[in-house]
Amino acid sequence: MITLADQLLVLVLLINFISLGTGRLIFAIRAVAVQGVILGILPGMIHSFSWHLVGITVVIIIVKGFIIPRLLGRAVHSAEIKREVEPFLGYVPTLLLGAIFTAFSFGFSGSLPMLPEHQNYMFVPASIATLMTGFLVLTTRRKAISQVIGYLILENGIFIFGLLLAGAMPVMVEAGALLDLLVGTFVMGIVMNQINREFSSLDTSLLTSLKEE
Amino acid sequence: MAQELFAPSTLIFSAILLAAFSGTPLLFSSARHAARAQLLSVILMILSSVSGVAGAVAFLINGHSTLFEISWSLPFGPVQLGVDSLSAWFLLPIFGITGCAALYARSYWHADHHPATVRPMTFFFGVMTASMGGVVLARDAISFLFAWEIMALAAFFLVSTENEKPEVREAGTLYMITTHTGTLGLFALFPLLHLLTGSWLFPPPLTLTASPGIPSVVFLAALFAFGLKAGIMPFHIWLPSAHANAPSHVSAAMSGVILKIGVYGLIRTLSFFHGVPLWWGGTVLLLGVVSGVIGVAFAIGQHDLKRLLAYHSIENIGIIFMGVGVALLGQTVGSEPMMLLGMAGALLHVINHALFKALLFLGAGSVIHATGTREIDLLGGVGKNLPLTALLFGIGSVAICGLPPLNGFVSELCIYLGLFHGIQGEGGGAVAVALAIPPLALIGALAVACFVKVYGIIFLGAPRSANHYGQHEAGWQMLVPMLLLGGGCLAIGLAPAGIAGLLQQVSRSVLPEVVGQAGVLLSRLVPLTALSATAVLLLTLSAVLWWWYRRLISGHSGSAPTWGCGYQRPVPRMQYTASSFAEMLIGLFAFALMPERHRTGNMKGLFPGPARLTSHVPEAVLERLYIPALQELYRRFSPIRKMQSGILQQYVLYSLITLIVLLAASYF
Repeated sequence: MITLADQLLVLVLLINFISLGTGRLIFAIRAVAVQGVILGILPGMIHSFSWHLVGITVVIIIVKGFIIPRLLGRAVHSAEIKREVEPFLGYVPTLLLGAIFTAFSFGFSGSLPMLPEHQNYMFVPASIATLMTGFLVLTTRRKAISQVIGYLILENGIFIFGLLLAGAMPVMVEAGALLDLLVGTFVMGIVMNQINREFSSLDTSLLTSLKEE
Repeated sequence: MAQELFAPSTLIFSAILLAAFSGTPLLFSSARHAARAQLLSVILMILSSVSGVAGAVAFLINGHSTLFEISWSLPFGPVQLGVDSLSAWFLLPIFGITGCAALYARSYWHADHHPATVRPMTFFFGVMTASMGGVVLARDAISFLFAWEIMALAAFFLVSTENEKPEVREAGTLYMITTHTGTLGLFALFPLLHLLTGSWLFPPPLTLTASPGIPSVVFLAALFAFGLKAGIMPFHIWLPSAHANAPSHVSAAMSGVILKIGVYGLIRTLSFFHGVPLWWGGTVLLLGVVSGVIGVAFAIGQHDLKRLLAYHSIENIGIIFMGVGVALLGQTVGSEPMMLLGMAGALLHVINHALFKALLFLGAGSVIHATGTREIDLLGGVGKNLPLTALLFGIGSVAICGLPPLNGFVSELCIYLGLFHGIQGEGGGAVAVALAIPPLALIGALAVACFVKVYGIIFLGAPRSANHYGQHEAGWQMLVPMLLLGGGCLAIGLAPAGIAGLLQQVSRSVLPEVVGQAGVLLSRLVPLTALSATAVLLLTLSAVLWWWYRRLISGHSGSAPTWGCGYQRPVPRMQYTASSFAEMLIGLFAFALMPERHRTGNMKGLFPGPARLTSHVPEAVLERLYIPALQELYRRFSPIRKMQSGILQQYVLYSLITLIVLLAASYF
């Protein structure tokens, strides 16, 4: 099972590169949805069966795989924006940076003091690499929707880290984290709507005009 | 069971709960029932006040310190709440004054006349009362900070009640900035205490040694944080505008009680330490002297009645600090009488100032309610139509000037006596107290001058403007609280022996014992019987004089304007104005006050044309010191502001860089 989990994690890493490298918003949203579904399956691979685990799996797959992508897709359609990412930094440089960060995270996680049973997993490097990818998307993309995608990837990274603790994590904490994510997406949806109405565009760099002098 | 139910601490905690929820019914009432809901809130506040004062008195008479511990899962350990003598003493003004102010608000800020603002105002008034109670009961840093911040925020919302006016918003903002600067001081203070004791709980009294190093920094942080709240010079900048722009009963509660919470904090912090060095007492005494003298000088220059009263608060806080300073110097030189007299004077002045300053603010509120202005120079002859308000304001004025037979005299006498005891010692302490006596006398004299001005211009003489002459006396809901406060002033003035025992007990609870002098009694140090006798004598004398005066004028009645001076056609404009009365004193203090004069027109020649002269005493410390300094700071640091570009992505980049640096740092 562990080898299967590792293979799934490799898939997660590949999806990171897809979301960094693609120019189409819809494609990026779908990629993140697939990533969410994979993350939903993962807990079942590494922990023994319990109803708690089933609950987590179902909720995560529904929220990350369907609800949030649906919300984002609707936002893209209704905002009638150009369905391109419009990065500050080109695709190739971001991909290169993503590769560097991934390598860095593998190197770094080797030096972390961890329990022996976690030593051989890819969880920690994958988690840090996904986190970094989220940050990269957040910093290099111009559109508000890409910002939401960045946050989702970032959250996925944190979630992977949490997988190691899933047995010890109380339901309340998980529910809270998922609720956070959902509310965050809603809030970003409202923000996007407002930006769109105010500036007739979803370009967050226009927000500089709100800065006080 | 009944004993449990009426235990002092039960009464106090229920008072806090009642106050906290007193404003809730009004929040959910419809516009039609707002007046009745307001009545319910007032009743709850009065219940809270009665229960709180009863609890505090019962505790002071025969309570022993109780400590309650709530264990919760937050970091920083358990919460401790407790009642001891010092807390109980400060609970007296907290619940006494706010109860009076709440009743006063029923008429002064009636729901039918102020439908938009009455809800938040009533709600936050209750919350402020409860949180002040929380501050004095807190026995650990975290619950103290919680209560402290709730208090500061509630007071902010109260100050900005009339937030449609720009000057009110400005006052609220200034208050907010300064109160949070003060909290910053507390954030320094409590971790340093933690370093000393290893716990977030307050240490028991006198368990820490006031050695140089961390204890000195603790002292300075406490002086800064609590001094800001108390309004000591030069940290008083928020006080005048906040007190002037809040509704009058809120000003009464703020000036009467919130400032005292600052004093409480300082006394509480100082009570942790023993063996204090000379410079602690010297600094507190010096701050007290500066604030007393400069505060009253600023007060003389004001044209706005409530601003003037606010500067008097600064003066009185100065007097309280002088008392605390004397007590600290007494600790250094090992003189029990100095410690006892200084601390007792300071603590009594806390109560006294709460009584008479609340009385004066409520009186000012009645005048404003009747005349519609707080400009002293527009008022005149108000006493003829508001005789009871005039009488009660007069009582407050005599009390604040520290004149017998009222309460202000008793507490100032304690501080004087403490200072005189200090001179008999030797070394730096004696020099410090010798230098402090003349300023205390000066403060008293200037306060008399200031209140002669206020009372004479507002209540006596002839009305100065047709719009503001005050047609109606205040309603009973406004008069009863003032009557209670005035009665309190008179009671302490007439029978100081009644509270001397309690005062001594509270003072001793925060002071170290001096070997061989433990038996000194407050009643031996202060001539309490002579005080009562003098007070009775003075009252009798004034009653006789009044009777003689009535007999003298009965039969020959005639009327002429005040200061008519036998002119053919005297007009109200011939009267002394507040500015002309204060002119000479302001000239003497011009070095500190920096008054501004604007003169237009030409006064030359035999037949000079029309001319105008206006004078104005600005808040010099704020306008000449803080604002220029902050502007300079702003200019110097403007390159850093480029970091705040407004680009979202850049902000996220900062987090990313931080993360990478931290991760990379773990390699090394």
